[in-house]
Amino acid sequence: MNIATETNIKIEARRVTVHYGEAQALHGIDLDLNTNEVTALIGPSGCGKSTFLRCINRMNDVIDGCRVGGRMSIDGQDIYDTSIDVVELRARIGMVFQKPNPFPKSIYDNVAYGPRIHGLAASKAELDEIVEGSLKRAGLWNEVSDRLTSSGTSLSGGQQQRLCIARAIAVSPDVVLMDEPCSALDPIATAVIEELIEELRRDYTIVIVTHSMQQAARISQRTAYFHLGNLVEHGATQQVFTNPENKQTEAYISGKIG
Amino acid sequence: MDEQHIVASFDRDLDELNMMIAKLGGLAEQQLASAIDALEKRDSAPINAIIERDKELDGLEFSVNERAIEIIAIRSPLAKDLRRIITAVKIASILERVGDYAKNIAKRARVIIDSETNNANNISVQRMADTILKMLNQVLDAYATGNAELAMEVWDSDHEVDQMHTALFNDLLKIIGRQAEKAVVSSHFLFIAKNLERIGDHTTNISEQVYFLEHGEFPSDERPKADMVTDSPDK
Repeated sequence: MNIATETNIKIEARRVTVHYGEAQALHGIDLDLNTNEVTALIGPSGCGKSTFLRCINRMNDVIDGCRVGGRMSIDGQDIYDTSIDVVELRARIGMVFQKPNPFPKSIYDNVAYGPRIHGLAASKAELDEIVEGSLKRAGLWNEVSDRLTSSGTSLSGGQQQRLCIARAIAVSPDVVLMDEPCSALDPIATAVIEELIEELRRDYTIVIVTHSMQQAARISQRTAYFHLGNLVEHGATQQVFTNPENKQTEAYISGKIG
Repeated sequence: MDEQHIVASFDRDLDELNMMIAKLGGLAEQQLASAIDALEKRDSAPINAIIERDKELDGLEFSVNERAIEIIAIRSPLAKDLRRIITAVKIASILERVGDYAKNIAKRARVIIDSETNNANNISVQRMADTILKMLNQVLDAYATGNAELAMEVWDSDHEVDQMHTALFNDLLKIIGRQAEKAVVSSHFLFIAKNLERIGDHTTNISEQVYFLEHGEFPSDERPKADMVTDSPDK
């Protein structure tokens, strides 16, 4: 299952399990996520792909009764080590959600929020620079540069999602997690985000959960197929979508009753 | 077919594509059999009909392409579904070529019949044609039933066709060398033998498509070549 060479693995999951109370959501996942690659997590609803995604930046910690087992590491460092500062971890591993969720604040403050609380800017000029740079990287600058004080919620859905991406990358993360980032967007806004993901890959490691097979095929280098809390197949995207090794994978991506 | 799609109309689309290939294949077989029959019996009566019916194959190939494009656009097929559509397009194109060769054999049969009136000879391509018709029938069966093993058996048996072509070719060259009056008829037989040999090659191409459809990769071995006739540029 592990295709990556040792040197370019960013995130390493070994025998990762998740329980929600009595129910087991993940059954020992082994998966490597490579630096500067987009990995798509696919599978039917309830298969554990979002649960796995949320393990990577410990978003499951906030759920009562949720227990995570096994080992998950970033650059060899255990993400679940007691010495880890979770706030720092989530700056290093940013997240973009299904529905755009800008703060009810100005466009500027949405992006500046993270750098401010993490003390990443020494001056107003430096903060301005981070905000501008992040909005440019998110492909939003040209559309909002003349109205940075307008509310983030006044933007269109696609613009809001790009604002959330700008907010995530403003704190210079290593990894960006995306949980169905385009499911609330129209095809044009989706295409803009997909193009952006391809750009962002140069600087970040990206993990995306998507229900769109075509989207996974278009934007990812590797695809992991989850079913009933197990990782069924993981491989080069081109391979998974043209000639998957596993019959369950084939049935799922072909829209068959598996 | 394999398991069913959740969207039943997708299965109906693929079934329809398969039926079109079956029809195209049946027609190509029939055209070849009729052309060889007319030639062997020296009966020019059915020849016009054979030539006319070739348009049906052309039309069917066009329909397969059209349908395949529609299915790709509407269904966004992946994995084996995608291979099924691509191989259908390729096989349709191969069968259309087989039809062209059959038509060409029919046309040459007419010339042979016309020039033989005072000059009968007993050259026969029946055995070679029978072998090819059997191969064609088997490979279409292999496609319809998803039997890659059978497809590869057909692939292997093409060397028999090559051997028969070599033998026929040498016989015909001897006739042309010794009996100048038979040169015209023998030359047409040379082309007919070559057409049959090409149909054999096309049949192996269908075998490869069936293998690719079932396994997602092409067979690795080089097909054994037994045709010793030519180093000609079209080989």
